[in-house]
Amino acid sequence: MTADATEIRGRVAEFLAAHDPRSTDRLEFLRARFDAGLAWVHFPAGLGGLGAARELQAVVDTAFAEAGAPDNQPQLNVIGLGMAGPTILRFGTDEQRRRYLRPLWTGEETWCQLFSEPGAGSDLAALSTRAVRDGEDWVVDGQKVWTSLAHRARWAILVARSDPDQPKHKGLSYFICDMTAPGVEVRPLRQITGEAEFNEVFLTGVRIPDSQRLGEVGQGWQVAMSTLMNERVAIGGRTPPREGGMIGEAAEAWRANPDKRTHGLHDRLLRLWVDAEATRLTSIRLRQQLAIGEPGPEGSAVKVSFAEQNQAITGFELEFQGEAGLSYDDWTFRQPDFASLTKRGAGFRYLRAKGNSIEGGTTEILRNVIAERILGLPQEIRTDKDRPWKELPR
Amino acid sequence: MSSPDLLYSELEEDLRATVRRLLRDRCDWTAVLARCETDEPYDLALWRTLAGELGLGALLVPEELGGAGASAREVAVVAEEIGRAVAPVPFLGNVLATAALVACAEPPAELADGSRIGTVAVGLTTPPQAPFPQAVKADGSALTGAVPAVVDLEVADLVVVPAIDADGPALYLVDTSAAGVTRTPTTPLDLTRRFGTLDLDGAPGRRLAAGAEAERALRQALLTAAGMLASEQVGLAQHCLDSTVDYAKTRYQFGRQIGSFQAVKHRLADLWVGVSSGRAVARNAADALARDTEPELAVAIAQAHCSDLVVLAAEEHLQLHGGIGMTWEHPAHLYLGRAKSSQLAFGIAETHRSRIGELADLPTP
Ligand SMILES: Cc1cc2nc3c(=O)[nH]c(=O)nc-3n(C[C@H](O)[C@H](O)[C@H](O)COP(=O)(O)OP(=O)(O)OC[C@H]3O[C@@H](n4cnc5c(N)ncnc54)[C@H](O)[C@@H]3O)c2cc1C
Repeated sequence: MTADATEIRGRVAEFLAAHDPRSTDRLEFLRARFDAGLAWVHFPAGLGGLGAARELQAVVDTAFAEAGAPDNQPQLNVIGLGMAGPTILRFGTDEQRRRYLRPLWTGEETWCQLFSEPGAGSDLAALSTRAVRDGEDWVVDGQKVWTSLAHRARWAILVARSDPDQPKHKGLSYFICDMTAPGVEVRPLRQITGEAEFNEVFLTGVRIPDSQRLGEVGQGWQVAMSTLMNERVAIGGRTPPREGGMIGEAAEAWRANPDKRTHGLHDRLLRLWVDAEATRLTSIRLRQQLAIGEPGPEGSAVKVSFAEQNQAITGFELEFQGEAGLSYDDWTFRQPDFASLTKRGAGFRYLRAKGNSIEGGTTEILRNVIAERILGLPQEIRTDKDRPWKELPR
Repeated sequence: MSSPDLLYSELEEDLRATVRRLLRDRCDWTAVLARCETDEPYDLALWRTLAGELGLGALLVPEELGGAGASAREVAVVAEEIGRAVAPVPFLGNVLATAALVACAEPPAELADGSRIGTVAVGLTTPPQAPFPQAVKADGSALTGAVPAVVDLEVADLVVVPAIDADGPALYLVDTSAAGVTRTPTTPLDLTRRFGTLDLDGAPGRRLAAGAEAERALRQALLTAAGMLASEQVGLAQHCLDSTVDYAKTRYQFGRQIGSFQAVKHRLADLWVGVSSGRAVARNAADALARDTEPELAVAIAQAHCSDLVVLAAEEHLQLHGGIGMTWEHPAHLYLGRAKSSQLAFGIAETHRSRIGELADLPTP
């Protein structure tokens, strides 16, 4: 173990001695952990971190878990932790960082992402939600769609058009939107699984103080790009143990049902198993690159492979089940707190996995990103780059 | 169990740079092509520089046996560069023979310094888990039998021969200049790596190991070579990707670079995804061999993945070069020949998948 790791373990031990996880209130414990710089150790001091190396986070998390300490239930605030947090850290003012980061990390305040619109998905920069300056405020009008967790979120990261006379990438600004503000209306959008993980969000005359702008006016695209890079790493960066993901479900089903095995399915299962293992190792390699400060482009590779494999594995699962594969566990309409693929039946997994190649950038768009940014191939032909947004065909 | 180290150390990167420089100077593809139909398809002078002067032959040999005491991690880096250059050197045979000798605690001095060349008398398509071969019988120290598809045979001075003697399985060391040894080369699909049939007719051999020890040593040799082959395949695939990307930027059709068409871009992006994960699994195999942490499973995963990846890369390389890729003057066929043959070496992907089924408790119907 490195000297840093030993030191940080010491800090955790000291913290646990002062805050007994068994007798301390959960929220109080989490707040104190944030204040001690043991929330995300690579963040600066005062903002939940110690300015330490990213790889030490695992040491800290393990030590807290071993002590039976409460965690901040990261699965309930995926967008906050994975996207809003890093973006506020990078582009926020000191005041914004102090206001938002602590309740974000403790889970007291959940976040959602108001990016996509009915007319702007892959072509996010074409979005038309307007933000008009009015004194110290901005007045926002428009419609967002596919917004995961909007029904639970206290805050949203929002991209809106502040100058329609500029070309599409240049006229955007980035805001923090209060989801309880007058004029914000959230309507559940039922999805193919039967439940409503995402929503439509209507914004009508919503007033956002200028102090809740992130980055400069007109700089919204750069800020959004930074958020999306974090999203891809967040989705792709997880490192489950062997058979930790969807493949574990298929492997267990195989072991439990000798009567259903066939030779054709056997080789297919083994192909899927090898692919899953290759993706797992690629994501470990990505984490190791990140830890020594080389941001690995493998993030996009992992996202593309992960989506493809989840879809192939969940399809396999249904075929393997035979007759049972014809039934579905539960079509009840509900609004879940987070998306879990493992707590439900195979039919649910099959349907939900279809979103893996769409959410957070489609596989086709990621292939463009890999081809252009990593391989240096020519950019897509753009007819809209230098024309004012308001003149573009829609 | 701790995580595998899937990155390259600074020392490994230095080693790569040295090998790449040498291969660029001494064996660019025009030199490989010029040599491949002559009487000297192998570049043995290059091999002596690599193995002897640069010390690559001694990497796998522990210090107590007079070697450099490095590990499969370093050899894997060399393998990547050899694949990248389709270098016509007896690398694979040497890895097999060195690993077999080391497993028998035998110092492979002359192989390590490049002054002699070795191989193991097994068919190149033999997977690591195959049963011990029965084709050669030993009567006292006299060996008799035939083994086809022995890699690097025509340039080998020494062959480690698995044979059945009075005590059961054993490994013998045979000098190819001895009486009773005949070598018949086969016309190879891969012009850069050759193989042939070894015929032994009462040829003299020295026993290196017997019984379970011989079986273990042979398995270790095959496992090590199969693991190194995965890295060679990644290096070859990376070359095919790089060279195709370069071509897609410079070739114009319909007034545009062909790399500006999505049908081309997306295929190259997918290939990049494949090579990225190939690198991760091949590094994992090298690391597992170096640290002896579940090497059999790690090698099977790497071979199941990389032996198909390398063929895909070589085929995309050819296809996206269009007509020029079909010509003799272009190196695409050298890469394709090496890729397709190496897919078969030590078992095709399906063979490795079935082994994974046994190791990971995913049993057959
Ligand atoms: C489960 C789920 C959760 C989501 N959560 C959120 C959220 O919380 N917040 C949020 O803002 N958004 C969210 N999204 C939206 C998501 O980011 C978009 O759906 C996605 O970016 C694609 O946009 P689109 O749906 O408009 O498809 P389109 O952009 O209309 O694409 C349609 C098809 O065309 C292809 N295509 C488009 N452009 C190109 C091109 N240039 N080259 C090649 N092919 C192309 C696409 O790949 C796709 O196959 C979510 C989506 C899903 C499925």
